[in-house]
Amino acid sequence: MRIALLTTRIRTEERLLLESFEARGVHPEVIDLRAQVFVPGSPGRWTGFDLAVDRSVSATAGQNAVRILDAFGVRCVNPSAAIDTCSDKLRTTLALELAGVPTPRVRVAFDQESALAAVEELGYPAVLKPTIGSWGRLLARVNDRDAAEAVIEHKLTLGSFPHHVLYVQEYVEKPMRDIRVFVVGGEPVAAITRESQHWVTNTARGGRASGLAIGPEMADLCRRAAASVGGDVVAIDLLECPRRGLLVNELNHSMEFRNSIETSGVDIPGLVADYCLRVVREGIPAGTPATSRAPAGAA
Amino acid sequence: MSSPAATAACPECDGAVVFGRSPMAGEVVRCTDCSAELEVISREPLTLELAPEVEEDWGE
Repeated sequence: MRIALLTTRIRTEERLLLESFEARGVHPEVIDLRAQVFVPGSPGRWTGFDLAVDRSVSATAGQNAVRILDAFGVRCVNPSAAIDTCSDKLRTTLALELAGVPTPRVRVAFDQESALAAVEELGYPAVLKPTIGSWGRLLARVNDRDAAEAVIEHKLTLGSFPHHVLYVQEYVEKPMRDIRVFVVGGEPVAAITRESQHWVTNTARGGRASGLAIGPEMADLCRRAAASVGGDVVAIDLLECPRRGLLVNELNHSMEFRNSIETSGVDIPGLVADYCLRVVREGIPAGTPATSRAPAGAA
Repeated sequence: MSSPAATAACPECDGAVVFGRSPMAGEVVRCTDCSAELEVISREPLTLELAPEVEEDWGE
């Protein structure tokens, strides 16, 4: 069995994954994407791989390499369509809404006045997010009209074009924590909570993690959320809304888990390796995001 | 105590960076003396450089 591990740098996560594969008698080829030149239309040696596992630290390099490998017919974890969906908050929102998965209310606008109207309709506080981005960067909670005007103007004036998509999300009055659920092969396998005095609770931003048992409602929600983006291995961020219950905030396609293994007591890299081997041995096909499926009743 | 798999000098503080396992090209490690984040540039000879600053598209 030939597995490619796509990387740009080797972090603890990649080390643990490699060790998990090796413990199962499989030795992935570690491929540094920085050293590759791809020739579209000429798959060459790439078709010799049974599976490519994207573990690139650079989201851009990983996303585009998987696009190419997908086009070459190489099964990738995660598949290109899932990465495209998860790496764009608007696409994620569309997939969740189409699949009927509860998620915070969102408005999208492209103009200062329209965006301001969207914020006012959702009410204060509201959250302005870039549709692309990671580790909770450039999230802005706006508490009043003055702040909303300033942030929107800054995005339109100083931001590059991707920041001109004005994505406004309702602020969920959650407890000072959020929930992260790790999903492998469609099944939730581990969960942690991340607590912070700051409203952004990412562990990358200093949130403290604790283990959490996965109840049936949470498990069902996470199965549906992962299926809605067509993801094999995803980390799902949930918010606890006092009115609507659990809401899916976002899905991460290149999950970081080093600090969650001990916290959750679950061998996450071992389960990922097991699933990857099943994908090859059982020929598990790539999922399809809800946004790419034919609408009900379509010919 | 088991012997280290490899040792190299930190390019920032010249302290000893000890690898418990065989280093991998592209591996990111932290110097225990000065806390600098370092990247393995080559394995033979074992060469470390300061890891690049976090870039905008890094991470989940």
